[in-house]
Amino acid sequence: MDWDWNFVAEITPALLQGLKLTLLITVLSALVAAVLGLVFAIARRSENRLIARPVSFFVEFIRGTPLLVQLYFIFYVLPGAGILLPPLVAGVIGMGLHYATYTAEVYRAGIENVARGQWEAARATNLTTRQTWVHVIIPQAVPPMIPALANYLIALFKETPLLSAITVLEMMNQAKLVANSSYRYIEPMTLVGVFFLAISLISVVILRWLEQRFGRLAK
Amino acid sequence: MPDWSGYLTLILHGALVTAQLTVMGCALALVAAFVAGLARLAPVAPVRWLATVYIEFFRGTSIFVQLFWVYFVLPFAGITLSPLLAGVLALGLNVGAYGAEVVRGAILSVPKDQYEATIALNLTRFARMRHVILPQALPLMLPTFGNNAIELLKATAVVSLISLSDMTFQAQVVRAQTGSTLFPFLTILILYFAMAMLITYGIRLLERRMTRGLDGVR
Repeated sequence: MDWDWNFVAEITPALLQGLKLTLLITVLSALVAAVLGLVFAIARRSENRLIARPVSFFVEFIRGTPLLVQLYFIFYVLPGAGILLPPLVAGVIGMGLHYATYTAEVYRAGIENVARGQWEAARATNLTTRQTWVHVIIPQAVPPMIPALANYLIALFKETPLLSAITVLEMMNQAKLVANSSYRYIEPMTLVGVFFLAISLISVVILRWLEQRFGRLAK
Repeated sequence: MPDWSGYLTLILHGALVTAQLTVMGCALALVAAFVAGLARLAPVAPVRWLATVYIEFFRGTSIFVQLFWVYFVLPFAGITLSPLLAGVLALGLNVGAYGAEVVRGAILSVPKDQYEATIALNLTRFARMRHVILPQALPLMLPTFGNNAIELLKATAVVSLISLSDMTFQAQVVRAQTGSTLFPFLTILILYFAMAMLITYGIRLLERRMTRGLDGVR
């Protein structure tokens, strides 16, 4: 079968529509992952074992199981418990939660990299735990980790096609729709690949810039 | 009351397919990682470029798109693959691209004087790699390879979408037949987690085996 440019022009608007949703999902999930990851990282360091242990296990469990199955779980099992989520929300929660377990590790490395003296100084100046985290530790721990976090943002972006399995109309699902209705697979599938590759390559350039701006974690 | 043991057997059959995919995918990924990783360090520029294109392509697009491309587009080019083969191919090449960077990084992190010593001793390129560089680089690669293997295990769930009857696919079948959602999905979540633990444990054993005799070197 030959490559048909007319068909490409015809389906591009639908794919771009999907791309918009893909980007929206990426941004929302990234926000969830960034916030929740920090919560996980801090909770795992808690001195209260009743908090630290279960959170640790939960994080390990999420990280050891496939995102697709977690999405199915949120989409199919939770309604049975009375929690009915629209596909988009279920997707954002699933992806955000999954990647939070990765960003938690990044934050952990950043937190451990804050000099011990900072903790001691915070204690010496009689700061509360909350003040220590908000005003001393987090402002020093997070900026060096921004490039590593951005790396996961790209990874997250590449995982968005999974949401087509729970009926979110993102780019991959749009491509499948046009492919199934026209019986032409080459153009839609290839275009989706090209879009992903293009955006990934652009983000790699931005990532390099971030690395220069914020610097890598000093060894 | 549905026959849970029968459905459990169905899921376990799927688990077997998942395990098979993981093992075969890992084997292909390992080969691809070493070929591409070493090619990126080759003295011939076109070989390096080729390896870079392979790595950037497979890391830049998602596994999902690659799988669909292999399964739906290649048949139009006259190459029809069974779902299993398509799955192994996409998974192996995808994870292999990530592994290639690990191989490259580990080899580059072997101290430079080791290279100089092999030149001074007049070792061939092959002997240098086989006896000096790789024995020191492998233990560095192992932990990341372990993580990559778990990523591959998790990525196998995606093949259920090209109608390969792996664990996730069977869970969907059970859901469709019984209407129960908690049982199939919780079961496979636990099974996936158990498999991931198994990989972690295996890698730890391998690591202990490989670092034997390296004490004091690093």
